[in-house]
Amino acid sequence: MANRFRSGWGILSIVIFLAFWEGMARLSIIPGQIFFPPFSVVIQEFYALIVNGVLIDNFFRSLVRIMIGFFFGSVAGLLVGILMGWKALIDRALGPLISIIYPIPALGWLPLLMLWIGINELLPIAIVFICSFFPICYNTATGVRGVDRNLIRVARTMGASDFTVLRTVVVPLALPNIFTGFRLEAGMAWRVIIAAEMVAIPTGIGALMMRAESLIRVDIIIVCLMVLSIMCFSFEKLFVFLEKRLTAKWR
Amino acid sequence: MPTIELVAVSNYICRGISLSVKDGQLMVLLGPNGAGKTTLLNIVAGLIEYEGSVLFDGSPVDDIPSHQRGVSYLFQDLALFPHLDVSANIAYGIKVQRQKKGMIEARVNELLNVMKIEHLAHRFPRDLSGGERQRVALARALAPSPHMLLLDEPFSNLDFRTAKLLRTELRHLQKKFGITMIYVTHNQREAEEISDSIAVIHEGSIEQVGTADEIFFDPHNKNVSEFIGSPNILYCASCRALGRGLMEIDTGSLTIVVPNDGQPIEKIAISPRDIYISTEKPPGPNLNRFKGRIIDITHASSLAWIKLQVGRHTLVSEQPAEIVQEMDLRTGDEIYLILKMRWIRTLSDPLV
Repeated sequence: MANRFRSGWGILSIVIFLAFWEGMARLSIIPGQIFFPPFSVVIQEFYALIVNGVLIDNFFRSLVRIMIGFFFGSVAGLLVGILMGWKALIDRALGPLISIIYPIPALGWLPLLMLWIGINELLPIAIVFICSFFPICYNTATGVRGVDRNLIRVARTMGASDFTVLRTVVVPLALPNIFTGFRLEAGMAWRVIIAAEMVAIPTGIGALMMRAESLIRVDIIIVCLMVLSIMCFSFEKLFVFLEKRLTAKWR
Repeated sequence: MPTIELVAVSNYICRGISLSVKDGQLMVLLGPNGAGKTTLLNIVAGLIEYEGSVLFDGSPVDDIPSHQRGVSYLFQDLALFPHLDVSANIAYGIKVQRQKKGMIEARVNELLNVMKIEHLAHRFPRDLSGGERQRVALARALAPSPHMLLLDEPFSNLDFRTAKLLRTELRHLQKKFGITMIYVTHNQREAEEISDSIAVIHEGSIEQVGTADEIFFDPHNKNVSEFIGSPNILYCASCRALGRGLMEIDTGSLTIVVPNDGQPIEKIAISPRDIYISTEKPPGPNLNRFKGRIIDITHASSLAWIKLQVGRHTLVSEQPAEIVQEMDLRTGDEIYLILKMRWIRTLSDPLV
């Protein structure tokens, strides 16, 4: 009940904001209307961009890059994270290395990767990979390390092998931490890909925004921002949903 | 042949421990916190490193990793898997042995039934009470039909009544299935109640092994005696049954009423903390109430021990130091004492 009430207010505040925006732009209160299109114009442009395929094409390019980078980054992060959390030796070997590389903002790698990989499809994927790998790896290792030793001992005395203990006890119990990693990374992946596309890659949502800027198409820029807002929001929600689905029963 | 045998087992806590538990017996490891009781269980289960040798049914298992030793272990914090419901928790040990699905289900249902927890089958550990968790943990430990079960203070977090009930059930199951058990506790009364034999452990060494009576009435050394509370022991010259589970005994200079089932008594023991003292004559019937003279008072931290001459016996009473101060007791004072009847232990005369 309280929840529905709150989301009702949330929608209301958005509606008021849009009406205010529409009104301000229509009444030309702010000079230079060209830089400040009304909401309705933006929506028309949104529709037009979908119909002529420009938005869809660029959107899918960004999305595919993210999915690929995200997938491989996550798998690698999970594997290394589990190993680090499970085996103290590996943790001691890789831990310091990861803790000095993790704080580098993923975009910081861009110039280096541009020279190493060159300007091609692999570049944005590599950037997303880097920005996915570290948070997942770090949080997975933390989660695995945090699993109660006695639970592992119980499983062992009952006859579970290393792999079975990992599969049936350690990883399921590390899921809350693993999902923290996923959530962090979900929003980050979009931020990073946009920046990469603005700077280096000629296709994708980021590139579309830069082209719109050079053509002074404020409406297109705003359309892209809306797409980004929707995508970041739904990525995060997707992981919150999955996390609930997998862990809410017992937490 | 003993089911579990330790030969000169040592590690950072244990010092050359040798111990054997006979088939189908319940041995209690009794000792204060930090004595090495849990460490010893972990050694038997193969969870930590050690020197020396552990034998199961006569063959050494030192090179066998914990997951192949076939020992069930009930941990002090129970360690129920929080992400699995009660059924899945119980099934875990059978599942990892790759049993058929139908068999797993049947065994789980059997244990839910034995432990009287059918109604909890689909709950998660976070929604269980302390006693329910204990039952689930016990069911899970018993599920793979273990030959040996190690229990680490399994009922220490429960209220007195629930703990007692579960101890009785555990003992029943142990005899029914003939499981050899090692049960760790620091509670002497619990040890007495449940054990076939008791090993008193102190600073990583076994101080004495014996039945509850042997330990209590014949502590081999100061460590054992201190741990069981340095009881006052009186020999019985003659005794007379009073009926209603009571017996009157004559120690030669005192007549004491004790709870007893009619067996002739050789010795009685009472802990210093179960001797109540008073400067005024206590009200009530003149049973187990005596007059004594203080011959010595010693203090240690917040406790005081009052040595009393009562008849021809010397008895020690333990009291909080502040009470002794309040009562202003001095050596030589005359004082009244009551032996709390329910806490007097009796040893039957083995010759009769």
